Amino acid sequence: MSILEYNGGSVVAMRGKKCVAIAGDLRLGNRNMTLATNFEKVFPINPKLYVGLPGLQTDVLTLKERFRFRTNMYKMKESRDISPLTFARLVASTLYERRWSPYFVEPVIAGLDETTNEPFIAATDLIGCLNFAKDFVVSGTASDKLFGVAEALWEPELESEDLFETISQTLLNAVDRDALSGWGAVVHVITADKIITRTLKARMD
Amino acid sequence: MESSFAITGKDYTLIVSDTSAAHSIVRMKDDEDKMRVLSPHLVMAYNGEPGDTVQFAEYVQRNLRLYGIRNNVELRPAAAAAWTRRELADSLRSRSPYQVNLLLAGFDVPSSRPALYWIDYLGTLASVPYAAHGYASFFVTSTLDRYHTPGASLEEGLELARRCADEVEKRLIVSGGGWKVRVVDREGAREIKLREGQA
Repeated sequence: MSILEYNGGSVVAMRGKKCVAIAGDLRLGNRNMTLATNFEKVFPINPKLYVGLPGLQTDVLTLKERFRFRTNMYKMKESRDISPLTFARLVASTLYERRWSPYFVEPVIAGLDETTNEPFIAATDLIGCLNFAKDFVVSGTASDKLFGVAEALWEPELESEDLFETISQTLLNAVDRDALSGWGAVVHVITADKIITRTLKARMD
Repeated sequence: MESSFAITGKDYTLIVSDTSAAHSIVRMKDDEDKMRVLSPHLVMAYNGEPGDTVQFAEYVQRNLRLYGIRNNVELRPAAAAAWTRRELADSLRSRSPYQVNLLLAGFDVPSSRPALYWIDYLGTLASVPYAAHGYASFFVTSTLDRYHTPGASLEEGLELARRCADEVEKRLIVSGGGWKVRVVDREGAREIKLREGQA
């Protein structure tokens, strides 16, 4: 079992029409045993920018704290919220700093540009290689399954309610085929004026 | 062999550790206290590499005590857990990591809620209603999945703890000596007997 699979967990993000959505499961495991079913791995950076951090939980928590520190410092110095693209590059450089002893996390980023409200999604590998996808990004133990379902269900220019349905079905069906992900799911849909967070009714096994 | 588990209830947290100290095939001691009282409303049970365990547990205990002395108020369970986790996460990528797993049981006085945190040597942190470390976790977690209720009274909690202890004694091939139980509630942390007539 790879160290990236030790705690389990998966995240997916999708781009829509003037909106983005990011969703993650809630499982925290210890190899094949489930420890907790309330571990959210998608965190807000600012009101229109979320980051999903699946992977080794100790590094997930450390990175969450490091990003909080670095974006708070950015906000104090620049007197503005960090833009999604800049944040993506911040994530990449934070990860590459540990090139030879990496954080075992493969982040997913989703947000709206703070001035233009242009939708933005991105993902990186554990050493900070950025992927600026136009459609969707996936990460975690169910990533192969997420690729499959997302490829089938996603289409461009989905409105926020349709995007919510699409991303929910993508996550639910993918994690149901993965032993190490699941036990609940949370979806955030980000639009220009609001974020709607919903907890999905999922298979609890 | 080393087992510990903890249960939250309506307004308390129970934490239970086995009391056997073994070296290979020899049981050196059967009344070892594998917990440290970190502050008036926080108790920590530890498992893992001998030596590392006591060193790290006392390090945490003394740092939290110092915080209390400097600031005249004890650190709340969530903050203490976050600090402890950070120490373990930093230790993980050092030359010689602490191989210690912990259960942090406390009572958060400002919100009047019990608190329980499962922490392992990697710096994994889980805030849970009940938890266990060691081989016991395989038996105790499923027992608690079945019988735990969130708002249980202390009597009900002790009943549940007895059920868990019975399961471990029945199914784990190496017996854990006895059990040390502490309860943390609004009044603080105190020892309690698991069964009547027990030393």
